[in-house]
Amino acid sequence: MSIEAKQIVKRFGGFTALDGVSVRIETGELMALLGPSGSGKTTLLRIIAGLEGADAGTLDFFGQDATRLAIRDRQVGFVFQHYALFRHMTIFHNVAFGLQVRPRGTRPDKAAIRDKVRELLRLVQLEGLEDRYPAQISGGQRQRVALARALAIEPRVLLLDEPFGALDAKVRKELRRWIRKLHDDLGITTVFVTHDQEEALEIADRVVVMNKARIEQIGTPAEVYNHPASAFVCGFLGDVNVLPTTGSVSAFIRPHDIDVLKAPDGAESKAGVVKSVRAVGAAVRLGVLLDGSAEPLEVALPGGQQDGAAFRPGEGVFLRFRRTQTFADGARNGS
Amino acid sequence: MAIDSIIPPAVPGAASAPRRVLPGFGLSLGYTVFYLVLIVLVPLSATLAKTATLSWPRFWSAVTSARVLASYRLSFGASLCGALINAVFGLVVAWTLVRCRFPGRRLVDSLVDLPFALPTAVAGIALTSLYASNGWIGQWLEPLGIRAAYTPLGVTIALTFIGLPFVVRTVQPILEDLDTQFEQAARSLGASRWQTFRRVVFPEIWPALLTGFALAFARGLGEYGSVVFISGNMPMRTEITPLLIITKLEQYDYAGATAIAVVMLAASFSLLLLINLLQRWTSSRHVLV
Repeated sequence: MSIEAKQIVKRFGGFTALDGVSVRIETGELMALLGPSGSGKTTLLRIIAGLEGADAGTLDFFGQDATRLAIRDRQVGFVFQHYALFRHMTIFHNVAFGLQVRPRGTRPDKAAIRDKVRELLRLVQLEGLEDRYPAQISGGQRQRVALARALAIEPRVLLLDEPFGALDAKVRKELRRWIRKLHDDLGITTVFVTHDQEEALEIADRVVVMNKARIEQIGTPAEVYNHPASAFVCGFLGDVNVLPTTGSVSAFIRPHDIDVLKAPDGAESKAGVVKSVRAVGAAVRLGVLLDGSAEPLEVALPGGQQDGAAFRPGEGVFLRFRRTQTFADGARNGS
Repeated sequence: MAIDSIIPPAVPGAASAPRRVLPGFGLSLGYTVFYLVLIVLVPLSATLAKTATLSWPRFWSAVTSARVLASYRLSFGASLCGALINAVFGLVVAWTLVRCRFPGRRLVDSLVDLPFALPTAVAGIALTSLYASNGWIGQWLEPLGIRAAYTPLGVTIALTFIGLPFVVRTVQPILEDLDTQFEQAARSLGASRWQTFRRVVFPEIWPALLTGFALAFARGLGEYGSVVFISGNMPMRTEITPLLIITKLEQYDYAGATAIAVVMLAASFSLLLLINLLQRWTSSRHVLV
């Protein structure tokens, strides 16, 4: 275990950003803090970094009480959402910064700093850009400079705030796989904040799902996706259909947990009408309006295009629910 | 690798564009030139024209007499000191106003503009009565052997007072725009408070600070009203150049007065130009976007 936060509370004026949050981060894991904006995920990251102080609760850092430890003494590598590169410094000096500001006794000599910076730039695949200024490189390159700068201080933990938020879709995908690979190569404990469930599920070892200043669930991507602990987690992770219910429960079904049949299959299946057929790439999705309901359900066809060709809008079909998920309203577990 | 592609260089100005996007370029340029000529260049060239009525030896003796040289020393020296003091303490004031939240902050913020608004003679008289040997401040300085009123020190104090808003008001907006995440980043990388200021904050505000310094310095050179009371105007000791120009005018020595003015003008202009170049040189290296 490397970092443990216990019952962290943080308020900003009248707003409660974190309401008794506890989380353990294991050494060497890649953990995602996932939630909608305002859920408290960035605040939690900043408290772990020491950029914010908690109003209540404790923070244990590698066996040391870090509740009052200044950021300077925590040895964390923090990558800001907009990178916060020093724009009057070249890429070289940005990466070298953490080494150059060390006290005289522990500061490496110039040659050692140069070698270290070169090595880091090679690691983030930015060799040859030493003399550029941050304004002269692309967003993806800036992101990797920020990463190299954070790694230069040999941090005990790497903290990334919305690391892919400011990049376009293609660069995002490349960069997140690259970060996963970098994490595997270096083995450094890493925590990143994201509001994108796909991002969290794709690269994290474990995901902390947050909502409204609290943790909804902590688990591996498969756990939180297949066994959501609350209605919120189920709805937030991936596509989901909300099923009409009676009483104080919510029921959900994922589009790929529905079978579409041409003929009824006993009492299990429900009759409906195909309203739309949408082909997006290899996947085909049907909108099916069940008899007696107001909103069409989204159904994903496993066979893609071939299956899609079998259905026409206006056609009568039967749906069989393979797996529905039901939650009592207001229930909160798993934290 | 796709993400290695580099941002194309910024659009190289309107020269390469077939048509300008913003309309009225000719009109606004014409207006700017006309306005500058009318307001700035015509009066200044009148000064030059008047000076030109002097023969070269007479011009030279007018601008290099011992009394005039002493006044240059005082004017430039005291303005420089005042501007330097303001660069340091004006920065502190701007920093406090931007970064600290305290009751009465808005009041303090508006106090900064007071030297702009106050009639300079009022400021001069107020400062003189404060720093005279029986004044509120002067009576405490006197036992320490420090005389402020009627000395070059007094001139410096008056010019510091006058110049303060220039530094505060040029640095303040830059500090307000400076995201604290740069400082947080520096701190997280292990920098001390001083290292963070010197290596991260200072380079960002340096161009603005230089501008504020230049403005305060230029204002100090031309300042008259607030200085003449506290300086005592003793020839060779506490006589500033603008006063000397007035004295010459009162003696109907117009050409002599404009000759000194031309020297002041040339010196101030070269200094401001130098500071502008220095500022451009330091800021053009990185701010491309």
